[in-house]
Amino acid sequence: MSLKEIKSKFPIFKSNKKLIYLDTANSAQKPKVVADVMDDFYRNKYSNIGRGVYSLAGIATEAYEQSRLTIKKFVNGIEGEIIFTKNSTESINLVANCFSKFLKEGDEILLSEAEHHSNYVPWHFLRKNKVNIKFIPLNKSGELDINKINSLVTNKTKIISIIHISNVTGHTSPIKKIIEVAKLKKIPVCIDGTQGVGHVNVNLKELDCDFYAFSSHKMYGPAGVGLLYMKNKWLDQFDPFLGGGGMIQNVDLKNITYASGVSKFEAGTMPSAEVVALKEAVQFIDQLKIKNIINHEQNLTNYALDKLSKINNIEFVGTPSLKSSLFSFNIKGIHSHDVSTVFDQDHIAVRAGHHCCQILHKKMNIVSSIRVSFGIYNNQQDVDALCDSVKKCKKLFKLN
Amino acid sequence: MDLKELYQDLILDHGKKPRNFGKCNSANHDAKGRNPLCGDNIHVYLNLDNNKKVKDISFEGSGCAISVASSSIMTEIVKGKSEKESRELLNAFFKMIKEGDEIKKVGLTEDEHIKFSSLAGVGRFPMRVKCATLSWHTLRAALDNEKKPINSEIID
Repeated sequence: MSLKEIKSKFPIFKSNKKLIYLDTANSAQKPKVVADVMDDFYRNKYSNIGRGVYSLAGIATEAYEQSRLTIKKFVNGIEGEIIFTKNSTESINLVANCFSKFLKEGDEILLSEAEHHSNYVPWHFLRKNKVNIKFIPLNKSGELDINKINSLVTNKTKIISIIHISNVTGHTSPIKKIIEVAKLKKIPVCIDGTQGVGHVNVNLKELDCDFYAFSSHKMYGPAGVGLLYMKNKWLDQFDPFLGGGGMIQNVDLKNITYASGVSKFEAGTMPSAEVVALKEAVQFIDQLKIKNIINHEQNLTNYALDKLSKINNIEFVGTPSLKSSLFSFNIKGIHSHDVSTVFDQDHIAVRAGHHCCQILHKKMNIVSSIRVSFGIYNNQQDVDALCDSVKKCKKLFKLN
Repeated sequence: MDLKELYQDLILDHGKKPRNFGKCNSANHDAKGRNPLCGDNIHVYLNLDNNKKVKDISFEGSGCAISVASSSIMTEIVKGKSEKESRELLNAFFKMIKEGDEIKKVGLTEDEHIKFSSLAGVGRFPMRVKCATLSWHTLRAALDNEKKPINSEIID
């Protein structure tokens, strides 16, 4: 399958012929194979997993576990396990909540100023235990000021949790360097990889982090499934996050023992069809080959940045050197929501607002921005249409 | 739907050069409003005199052209009206935006009526309704002396 044919694999573009979808960082569109597998599972194969002892339940459970193995292989997570959650947000909440038992008053958690609210709020909850949160600062380009890391990591630092790729600037955090520093001091590292998987090469064995949170719906899979890679040693050390069916070993009136391994963290009925269909999304990405995807999306990003920077009054949110498949900007003097309404008239879907990153926006002295994010279905015509709409917007608002 | 109907010159003008902007000195009522999704925020100040008349009104804050223009136009129209008239106006505004009701000129001058109805087009952009209503919700909160900030995300 060539990248040119890809758009035809996504039914949304057949039902919405004029749609120019530049909001993949928010949620990716779904290829037909993913929708088909979900449909087939619900119509012909549906059963809850891990409960019934009849054949249908057995087959569903097998498909669910196969999906886990496929994902594990895809991110090379051989030193840990993949836990299914509701979304990346829940994955990070799980880590923060379970890790809290190791924290005492005065301990420190290190984050960065680039964090999405989902990698700040769960840690903020722990402030009630009188732990302190420190932030690796952002420089004017929107890059993490990595030189500060040695002074920020102290003997009190108990965990570091960092965004892999900024969902606002597209900056790739120097996570290898951070993990290197952390390892010397035996500090566990959690990576928020929500904007990573599907857009860059993610090799967890090589990266050697303790936790890596990501999300099905951002990698062309169904919504409702989050993923958490956890190194094996934490599976035993962590207490369960949520309690209920499926995560126990034995329950009596006084005592409860918990299931071991990943089951301990998957309480209640799981979204089996969605998990099974996620495997298709992973295989879809695998067939295209990640290096081709990177190449395609990087070319588009460079093309867009080049073309937009030739238009007056465009202000980019940060100018990081290492950019992924997304970036944000403002048209000077026009609020991002007004811009988005004008774009919408041209069937262009972008995100407008603070993208759940108020700290980053405050640091850049802005309230909101327009974010453009690419997926494998985008092409140069999409960028051309975007630039035309920017010009239209400026005309409407009487800007030069 | 023509964008020019939404972004009329009058709205663009008030959006760029909001009137009654800043804190008015004599304020004895005020309230804050926020739209967490947009990041819009507004602070409405007003002076209600002994005869329950809005002697002065102003606002501070930031937001999109629609939200700033709506706030600016609101202050111009409400200034000098009685509390009762102000409440009637804000209800009429919500009806105009949400139900597409045509606004009769009760109590409004020709100029005020033009300004007031310039925002009617927002009703045809459902995603933007909250931008236009935030200031009016906050006006209601200021009249009621509500201490807790208004969240237009929840109301509309």
